[in-house]
Amino acid sequence: MPAGPDDDVVLALEGITKRFGALVANDHLDLVLRRGEILALLGENGAGKTTLMNILFGHYLPEAGTVRIADAGGVLSPLPHGSPGAALRAGIGMVHQHFTLAENLSGIDNIVLGTEPMLLPYRQRSAARLRLAQIIAESGLDVDLDVRVAALTVGERQRVEILKALYRNVRVLILDEPTAVLTPQEANGLFEILRRLAAAGLAVIFISHKLGEVLAVSHRIAVLRVGRKAGELVTAEADRRTIAELMVGKAVPAVHRSAPVVGHPVLEFERVTLRQRSARQSLQGASFAVRSGEIVGLAGVSGNGQQALAALTCGLALPDSGEIRLFGERLRRADPRGLVATGVARIPEDRNSDGVVGTMSVAENIAIEDVRGAAYNRFGLLDGRAMAARAREAITGYDIRCPGPDAETRLLSGGNMQKLILARVLEREPRVIIANQPTRGLDVGAQADVHRRIIDARDRGAAVLLISEDLDELFALADRLLVIHAGDITDAGPTGELDRGTVGMLMAGHPHAANEAATA
Amino acid sequence: MRVQIEPRATTPLSLRAMVVLVTAFAALVLIAIPVALAGASPFEAYGLMLKGSVGSLFAVSETLTRAAPLILTGLAAAVAFRARLWNIGAEGQLYAGAIGAVLVGSGLVHLPPPLMIAAVMLAGFAAGALLMLVPALLKQRFGADEVVVTLLLNFVVILLVQMLVEGPLKDPLALGWPQSVPLIEAADLPKLLPRMRVHLGLLVGLAAALILWVVLKKTALGFEIRATGENRAAARFAGIPVDMTMLKVALISGGLAGLAGVGEVAGVKGYLSADLSPGFGYAGIVVAMLAGLSPIGTVFAAIFVAAVFVGADSMSRATGISNYLADLIVALSLLLVLISGFFLRFRLRFRAAAGNTPGRRA
Repeated sequence: MPAGPDDDVVLALEGITKRFGALVANDHLDLVLRRGEILALLGENGAGKTTLMNILFGHYLPEAGTVRIADAGGVLSPLPHGSPGAALRAGIGMVHQHFTLAENLSGIDNIVLGTEPMLLPYRQRSAARLRLAQIIAESGLDVDLDVRVAALTVGERQRVEILKALYRNVRVLILDEPTAVLTPQEANGLFEILRRLAAAGLAVIFISHKLGEVLAVSHRIAVLRVGRKAGELVTAEADRRTIAELMVGKAVPAVHRSAPVVGHPVLEFERVTLRQRSARQSLQGASFAVRSGEIVGLAGVSGNGQQALAALTCGLALPDSGEIRLFGERLRRADPRGLVATGVARIPEDRNSDGVVGTMSVAENIAIEDVRGAAYNRFGLLDGRAMAARAREAITGYDIRCPGPDAETRLLSGGNMQKLILARVLEREPRVIIANQPTRGLDVGAQADVHRRIIDARDRGAAVLLISEDLDELFALADRLLVIHAGDITDAGPTGELDRGTVGMLMAGHPHAANEAATA
Repeated sequence: MRVQIEPRATTPLSLRAMVVLVTAFAALVLIAIPVALAGASPFEAYGLMLKGSVGSLFAVSETLTRAAPLILTGLAAAVAFRARLWNIGAEGQLYAGAIGAVLVGSGLVHLPPPLMIAAVMLAGFAAGALLMLVPALLKQRFGADEVVVTLLLNFVVILLVQMLVEGPLKDPLALGWPQSVPLIEAADLPKLLPRMRVHLGLLVGLAAALILWVVLKKTALGFEIRATGENRAAARFAGIPVDMTMLKVALISGGLAGLAGVGEVAGVKGYLSADLSPGFGYAGIVVAMLAGLSPIGTVFAAIFVAAVFVGADSMSRATGISNYLADLIVALSLLLVLISGFFLRFRLRFRAAAGNTPGRRA
C-alpha cells in the first residue's frame, strides 16, 4: 500500500518545468505514484495542479523534465511528451471536472464509444456488458447503463466517467476536483469506491483544494504552491493546520465568531415562487426569514434553485407569486439601485460575469452601484477625483493588490477582484448582505479574509444570507442553515445542532431520512 | 519553430506609435501594387492624390465638405458600437434626417436664419433618432437582431425618399428631375469660406464629437453606456438600467446620423434626392472602426477617409485609374488597422520546435 517498495512505482514525474510567459506554472516538479495508492494533489487555484496533469496527459509540452510510466510488467519507460494518444495507451485515464459524456447516448454507449473497431458491421455489446458487469461488481460503481446520460444525476454521470476509464484498463486514474458537484453522501460513496479500486491495485491521483476530503480519502498528500512542491506527507501523520499552512505558505488566521445577537426579521420570503427554465431550478413556494445579527446559510447542490433565489434577493427579478418583504415593506419592483439605497449589499456568484466590468478601471468598478449618486456627480459631470479618492480608501482598507485606481480590473486576481466587490458593497455599512458563493475559487488566506468581513458585518447587526455549496464554509460561518433541494427550502435549524449527514440528506431531498439521522 | 501568442498586460506608447507608422507604411506599399498594375507610377498617383485632397484651399474645402457627414455618421456608429448596439443603418437614418429637414425647412415654418437652422437640425436629429428607435425597441421586445433590421430599414427609407421626390415632395420647377422642393433660404447652412462649399455642418460635426467625448468620459450616462457595452450582465447587476441605456444610445446614434442628412440637404444640395449620399452611412462604420470607436479619433478618421475619396477622384481624372481605388485604400487601411490592433493586444513569441527541449540536447 502507501509506502511500498520502489518496484511498485507506476508513474514517475521528474523535474517537470512549464512556463507561460513570465509565469512558471510548474517549477522542477517531482512526483512518484505507486500501485494501489491514492495520492492527493492539493493546492490552491493557480498552484499548478491542472498544468501538471495536462502535461502528464500530453496536452501541454513541458520545457524540461521526463514522465515515466510502468508497462504491464512493471518496467518504467519514458512517455513521449505531447501525445494524449500515448498517455491513453499507457493506461492513464482522467475524469475531468466537467464531464465528457454524450448526453443523448446511453451509459454503455458512452463507455464503449471509441473502443470498437470502426469497420465492424455489428457491435459486440454482450462482451462489453459482461466485462462491465464484472467491473461494477468489483468496484461498486453501480449505475444503470441503459439509461440515456441526460436522465442520470450528476453522481451517476461521474460513475459512468470512471467506468469509462476502467473499461479501458487504466493503471493510473486521475480525478480532477471530483467532489465539486456531489452531495456529501455521494462524495463518501465515491471515496469508498476509490478505496476499493486502490485496494485492487489501481493508482489514483485525486486533485482537490478541499482539505477535509483529502484527509478522508488519500494515502499520501502532495501539496503544490505557485508551481513548486511545498511538501509531501503521509495522510495518517498529517493534520489540517500543517497542510493548510503548506498550501498558503504562511499561518492561516483562524476565524473567531461570537454568539449571534439576533434581532427582528429583516428579509422575509412568504410562499415565493419563481419559475425558471427547469422545474428543478425554479423556486417553489419558499418561506423563510433572515433576522438582523444572524448569518443564515443556504446549503444545496448547485442547480437546485439557488440562482432563482439570488436573482430575487439581488433585485434582478420579481416573484411570480408570493411576497418578499425587506424591512417589513413588500418589494414591488426589481430594482437593484433601490435595494442598494435601502442598505442591501450584494455579492454576486460569478464575479467575472456579474461582479465587475473587466475593461473598466478599479475606481469605476467601485463606484458602479452609485454612479448616479450625489457622491460622484458635480454639475452634471462625474467627479473623477471623488471616485479615485474612494478607490484609494478601498485599496488600502481592503488590501486590494493592484497598480492603482486607474488599473484595468480584468488584470486583478480572483481574490483581489472579490476584495474589490466587498469594498464596494460593505463600505456603506449595509443592513442586509446577500453573499452568493463569496469565496469560490479563492485561496485559503483570501477566504479567511472574506469570512472575517462577513462576521464583522453580522456583529454590527447586519442580516446575512450566505448561499454556498461549500459545507465547510456554511458550518464555519452560518448561525442557522436552510437547505434547498429542487426549489424547496427546508429550515434545518441552528448550525450548532446539525451534523453533515443530516444536511446531506436534506440536500439530496430526503427529509425523512434526515429526521431519522438526526434522532438516531 | 512554433509561434506562441500571448496577451499583453500593457501597451507602451512607443509601441503604439511604431504600430501606427508601420501600418501607414504597409498601406502605402500594398496600394502601390494595384496602382502599378493599372499602369501608372505609384509615386505620381500618390502625389496627385495628395494634391487633389489637400494641395489647395479648394481641395481642403472639398475634403472637409466630404468629411462633415462622415464625422457624424462615424460618431453614430461609434456611440452605438460602444454599447454593443450594432447600428448598420446610419445610411437610412441620414435620409430620414434629410426628410425631416425638408419637411420643416421648405416652407412649413418661417423663422429668422439662426432659429430656422436650429429648427431644421432638430427636425433632422429627431427623424434619425425615431427611425433608430424602431430596431432598438424590436430588439428589446422581441429579440430581433438589430443588424438585420437597421440594414433593411436603409432600403425602406431610400425607397420612401424615391416615392417622396416623385410624389408629395416633388419640386414642380425641377423640369421633371426626381428632387424635392428646395429649402427656404433661411434654412441654408452658411458657408465657412467665401466661394467654397465647406459649410456649418463641419462645425456641427466637430461640436458633436467634442460633446460625445465629454459625455462618454465624464458623465454618468457615458459611464452607463460603457458599462452596458463592456459587460451587460455586470451592469445590470450593479443596477444600471441597461434597457433604458440602450434606448438612449439608439436615440443619440440615430440622431447623429440624421444630422449628417441635414448637413447634406441644407449645406450642400439645398433639396432632397435619392442620390443624396454616396454611402456616407456605411462609410461611417469604417470611420468609427478606423478610429477605434473614439469620438475624437472619429474626426481624424473621417478627414482621412474624405481626403482619400476626394484625392482619388482628382487622381482618377488625371491618370485614368478608376476612382474605385479609393474604396480599395479605405478597405486596406481598415484591415491593416484591425491587424495592428492584434499586435497591440498580443505579443508573438517564437520558440524552437516541439521535442527540442533544452534538457535533451546532450
